[in-house]
Amino acid sequence: MLADNTPKQAVFKAAKAIWRSFPILFGAMLLVALANTLIPKAAYGYVFFKNAILDSFIGSAVGSVLAGNPITSYIIGGELLAQGISMTAVTAFLVAWVTVGMVQLPAESILLGKRFAITRNIAAFVFSILAAIITTAILGVL
Amino acid sequence: MRKSETSRAGWWFLLVVILVYLLVGLIKPAVIFPSLIFLGGIFLKIWWVFLFVFVLLSFLNYYVQPKHVYKYLGKSSGAKGWMMAIVGGIISTGPIYVWYPLLNELQKHGTRNGLIVAFLYTRAIKPALLPLLIFYFGLTYTVVLTIVMIVLSVIQGIIVEKLIEVEK
Repeated sequence: MLADNTPKQAVFKAAKAIWRSFPILFGAMLLVALANTLIPKAAYGYVFFKNAILDSFIGSAVGSVLAGNPITSYIIGGELLAQGISMTAVTAFLVAWVTVGMVQLPAESILLGKRFAITRNIAAFVFSILAAIITTAILGVL
Repeated sequence: MRKSETSRAGWWFLLVVILVYLLVGLIKPAVIFPSLIFLGGIFLKIWWVFLFVFVLLSFLNYYVQPKHVYKYLGKSSGAKGWMMAIVGGIISTGPIYVWYPLLNELQKHGTRNGLIVAFLYTRAIKPALLPLLIFYFGLTYTVVLTIVMIVLSVIQGIIVEKLIEVEK
């Protein structure tokens, strides 16, 4: 049932795979760090128009561009709700934050294929809006 | 993309990012040091995930043959495959990019693209962070969003897989 590799070969192959990915992962981390420092958290509230449909699109777009720990997105999402931004827009923002990665797109393209990365990120963008609409619609009838 | 092209593209990518840093450093030097501090923070938080992925990769290389991947995560994996991708996505921790090397290996071993898509989508559901999500948005919201995300991950996986096949 075992693969053809000896334990030593298996570990060596794993180390090689990580080393091959190193410049891509390190580059992605550098970009995430730069984006987090360049964009102040308070700036997010200014890009919304308090229009549920338009804001869902904007929420998803903002969430797609930004990256970082999901906790940050919860805190920003809570602030946006307090500012009167719709639940649909905030949900689109939360979902896109984790599922769409413009900053990580180059890394994803190199390791999983350009076609895969672009198609997946576009689909995840659309699905973050869909998830937001469906969630708020269900909450509306509950 | 061949292996040598992939690794070369990676180094080119890193070089471009370093050039971006140099450019930003020239325009707004005050941003660079906080960015590097933030980068250090990322490393401190995720080094163990790297280690975990390394162990998983070693395990994959030693125990798993392509025919096993075909069986459990390939075209004929069925509901079990989707289940594994969803559970894997939910329990995986750390940033998304840490998982790319493992997903790359699984993809090369014959894992369905749809399952990789579902894995990446359900990473938005984080059990450890659910109490915080409940705190900010309520229990009902958290439960509904979680269920919606799981269902949509499968639909998205199927659609993306079909689109990639059509584009080919």
